[in-house]
This record gives sequence, C-alpha cells and structure tokens, in this order.
Amino acid sequence: MVWRPTLPTKPPRPSRLDVRKTSKLYIGGGFPRSESGRSYAVSDSRGRFLANASRASRKDARDAVVAARKAFAGWSAKTAYNRGQVVYRIAEVLEGRHPQFAAEVERAEGLSSKAASALVDASVDRLVWYAGWADKVAQVVGSTNPVAGPYFDFSIPEPTGVVAIVAPQESSLLGLVSVVAPAVVTGNTCVVMTSYERPLPAIALAEVLATSDVPGGVVNLLTGDPTEVAPWIASHMDVNAIDLSGVSDQQLATDLQVAAADNLKRIMRPDARELDWNADPGTGRLTAFLETKTVWHPIGI
Amino acid sequence: MTSSLLKTPFSADGASPTDAVSSPAALRRFLHGLPGVDQVGCEARVATLSSRSIKTTSKSLALDLAISMIDLTTLEGQDTAGKVRALCAKAKRPDPEDPTCPRVAAICVYPDMVATARAALGESGVHVASVATAFPAGRSTLAIKLADTRDAVAAGAHEIDMVIDRGAFLSGDYQRVFDEIGAVKEACGEAHLKVILETGELVTYDNVRRASWLCMLAGADFIKTSTGKVQPAATPPVTLIMLEAVRDFRESSGRQVGVKAAGGISTAKDAIKYLVMVNETLGDDWLDPDWFRFGASRLLNDLLMQRTKLTTGRYGGPDYYTLD
Repeated sequence: MVWRPTLPTKPPRPSRLDVRKTSKLYIGGGFPRSESGRSYAVSDSRGRFLANASRASRKDARDAVVAARKAFAGWSAKTAYNRGQVVYRIAEVLEGRHPQFAAEVERAEGLSSKAASALVDASVDRLVWYAGWADKVAQVVGSTNPVAGPYFDFSIPEPTGVVAIVAPQESSLLGLVSVVAPAVVTGNTCVVMTSYERPLPAIALAEVLATSDVPGGVVNLLTGDPTEVAPWIASHMDVNAIDLSGVSDQQLATDLQVAAADNLKRIMRPDARELDWNADPGTGRLTAFLETKTVWHPIGI
Repeated sequence: MTSSLLKTPFSADGASPTDAVSSPAALRRFLHGLPGVDQVGCEARVATLSSRSIKTTSKSLALDLAISMIDLTTLEGQDTAGKVRALCAKAKRPDPEDPTCPRVAAICVYPDMVATARAALGESGVHVASVATAFPAGRSTLAIKLADTRDAVAAGAHEIDMVIDRGAFLSGDYQRVFDEIGAVKEACGEAHLKVILETGELVTYDNVRRASWLCMLAGADFIKTSTGKVQPAATPPVTLIMLEAVRDFRESSGRQVGVKAAGGISTAKDAIKYLVMVNETLGDDWLDPDWFRFGASRLLNDLLMQRTKLTTGRYGGPDYYTLD
C-alpha cells in the first residue's frame, strides 16, 4: 500500500451574503428614509414579498414641498431648450437601464417579460416626446395678439410653480413618467406620491433622475399611502397645483379638491377609471400647469 | 449636569466680583480665575436639550413667547425710512389676520432710524433698540462712540446695543473694555444697555465666559451674542455659556442680567431649542421678553407660519407673509 498524504478537504465555498437595496424616498436630490421611520411591505402581483418601501409621512411631504419650492427658481429660469435636453437625458439613462426596469415592471405589474419590456420602451419614448415639446409649447399656446393700439402684445406660457401629483396606481412606470414629464418639462417642480402597491419602479426611477442632470428638488418622489399624505399636500398653501390622476376613490378626490381650493390651486381631476397610458397623450397635461402672461410693449414712442 | 460645568466661579483665588473691579490686575486675576469651560460637556448638554420634543399646547405657548421676545431687526446699509416704517407696522401686529398674535419686543435699527421708528411705533409698547458705538466693528474713538450713543438716546431709543472692543479684549486689556462699557452705560442714562460680545470673534468658549462676566461687572443690562455681521453668529453652546454666566452672576451679586441671542436663528425649531435652554438653565425668571430676546429678522415669518399651521391645521407658505 502506497502512502498518500491526507490532503486537507476543500472547505465549502461560503454562500455570498445578500446585498439588498433599502428602498427610500427621493427628496431634494437625496435619498432619505421616511422621517417617521415607517415602512411597509411591497408584494408582487401574486402576493409574494418583494421589499420594504418607506412609508412617507406628512412631514416628508412638507420637506418635499420645501425642496421643490427651493428648486423652482433655478429650474423655471433655465431655457426651455435646456429643460428639453435634461428630460431627454432622463430618457437616455432610462434606456441604459432597460433590463432592470423591465424586470421591475414585470414583477410589480405581473406582466410577461415582453409586455414589460414594451412598457419600458413606451416610457422612454414618452420622455423623448415630452422633451421635444419643451421649446415648442410656447409656440403652440403662446401668441402675439392684434390689439387696437401702438403695442406689441404677446402672451407667453409660464410654469405655475410647485405641482403635487398623485401618480397612477396601476401603471407604475409608464403612468408615472406620463404625469411627471409634462409637469417638469414646462418648468414646474413637483412632489409625487407614487403608486402605493407598486412603488419599486418609481424608486428605481429616482436613481435615474438623480443621475441625469435633473437638479435636486425638481422631482421629489414619496412612496407610501396617498390617502394619508395627499390631504396634507392638497391643503398646503405653498403648493400651486395638484394632479389627482391616481386617486380612484371619488369621495377622496372631492375632499382633496375642496382642500386644494383654499389657495386656488390648479386642479387636474382624476378620470373615472385609469387611462390607457399607451394612448397618444395629447398636449392636455403640458398645458394643465401653465399660466399665461400677457405683455403690452409700447411701440412708436 | 449644568452645575458641574460651573458652580462656584470664585473658587480660583477667593476673589469676589466687588474685589474684581478694584484694579486692572484684580480684574484680570478674576477673569482668568473663572473656571474653564468644559467644551465637550457644554456641547453634549446643548445636544441633549436640543432633542426635547415640544408639541401642541406647549409648542403654541413657546411660539407666542418667542414672538414676544423678538427684536425685529434691520441693520442694512440700504435701510430706508419706508422699510423701517413697514417693519414697525409688522412689529405692532405681526399677523394682521390674527389679533391674538402677540407683538414683538422691540425694533432694532441704526441710530439715524430711531426717530422714524419711534414715530411709527407711537404708544404701541414696542421698544426701539438702536445699535451704537460704531457698530458693528466698534473701531472708533471713545468720544465718537459716546456721541453715537447720546444721539440714539436723544432720538428716543429705549435700548442701546453696543459692541465691545474685541481688539482690546483679545489683547488682554480688560480694563479698557470695562471702562468703555461703563462710559457708554453712563451715556445711556435711562436707556437699557445691551452689550454685544461678538462671540464669533472671541475664538474660545473660555473667552465667551470671561467676556460675559466682564460686561456684567461693567454694568450691562443685557449681554448679547453677536452683531449678526460675523459668522458664526449665535450658536447654542455660546448661548448656554452666557446663560450660565448670568445665572451665576445673579447668585453672587444679586443683580439679574438679560441675554439676547442674535444672528443666524431663522427657524421656529431653533428658537424653541433656545427657549428650552433658557428654561433648563435659568428657569421662569428669564422666560420673559424683559430678560431674554432674539435678535432676528427672518425668524418672525417662520414663527408666524408655524403658528398658523397650529391654528388652521394646514401648512403655510412664504407667499402669505411680508418679506421684511
């Protein structure tokens, strides 16, 4: 018998530790946890646990409004052309992370991978479409007015300010992009309450926004229960407009409109049932949060 | 914990405040005999006090108290009589929509605006405070500083905010600072004298403690953190040191001196932290506009906004308050 050395047995390779992402809010260009410290469990379409998302409180909403107000002066003063470029940049970065978003949407909405991928395509295209509108909207809704006097008289659209948005509940990515892009491309800043049951694509979108030249505070994303937070934003005196697209409860929608009336917010009412976000969006959302300034400029003096 | 920071300031050489002012050497011995400030302990104490949560009815009381303690300030080269009058209108009735909102304690202006402010405030009970003595640098001769003070008093100022000569203080010439404060105090006559330490230029906490004692010994009615023209202005740790100094001064001399925190306090949250500090260090005796003041301009709007939030239950916005 030949002697053989006993070789040390190879230790089993340790399984790698999971590195899980903490889902946080997106406020003022940063990713804070909810001030309240709360979170809630998010499941996929079949009820399997996916992640814990931050559950925003009214104070997070308040902070988000402060951030949006702070960002407004700089963002609205940028040239429309520049804002278009920034929104196009969001589309570019989103396109680069296509597979990640397709997977997120697939899990969140329970779609086939093909359908989810098509939704991400549509979201990117929607951003590009709105980016193109940035420096054209004034030509469509602005005008030079014939007046009976020695004046150049022209009307130009201006952003209304801080827009609060209750994002669509069903369409977690395309719906979100379709309500946020038209609000910001015209120079508004926004505070968005994302889909309650499907917040994960929105959180991933926050990472895209943070890395695509969008100044901090222009878009603020709050995950959590809109029925809890929306009333605080609707009554907030420093919010200039509110888009109720994602509110399905008619009674709540009415209450929010009543609360919003106190400082004469511009209101976009919810539709009876959620829109088909794949359809041609038209220019309605672009012009919903614009104000018109008319200037009388004397001539011949 | 406070007591461990400074309990007996006279232990160093057994000097008492009355002995301290007998000669320049005695003054120096006394001031350098004050125990050093425990920097870490002081900052930890401030951090603990800042974590108190003041809500609902307590918050409402605190907000009203803070409003009534404000010296509404405008100290800009571009001040106009119109701006001072607008500020006076705001001082008398900070929230025009709510008659229950208290008025502020005083208006703080440059000497040439005192007459305008007096005329605008009338008999409203809001005091007029004037900065004087070559504010904010204080780099002028004593004769000019005294003339500056007399001018402001003659124009009707109820309170004079003077600056100390930081150059003399930092070079150790305490007697000069002491004499100057005494002279200005005399020039003030009936008017209250607030002495600005400009803690942002005093470098160390020990110096803040020494300067506080020096000013109180020289006859200051109030000691004030800063001019607001130097950063950092009022910070919670230096204010705590000054609060402890006035507490210990009353214990040893029997005379109560007020404290004014000025500069950089712009939110209601900050203001409430200062009130907590006053309450915990000095107690009720100082929780009064006669004994504690905020020197501020932006703070008032935030207090009003928080106050409105409490009464209406909805968040306010800066659009609904005047800029100045």
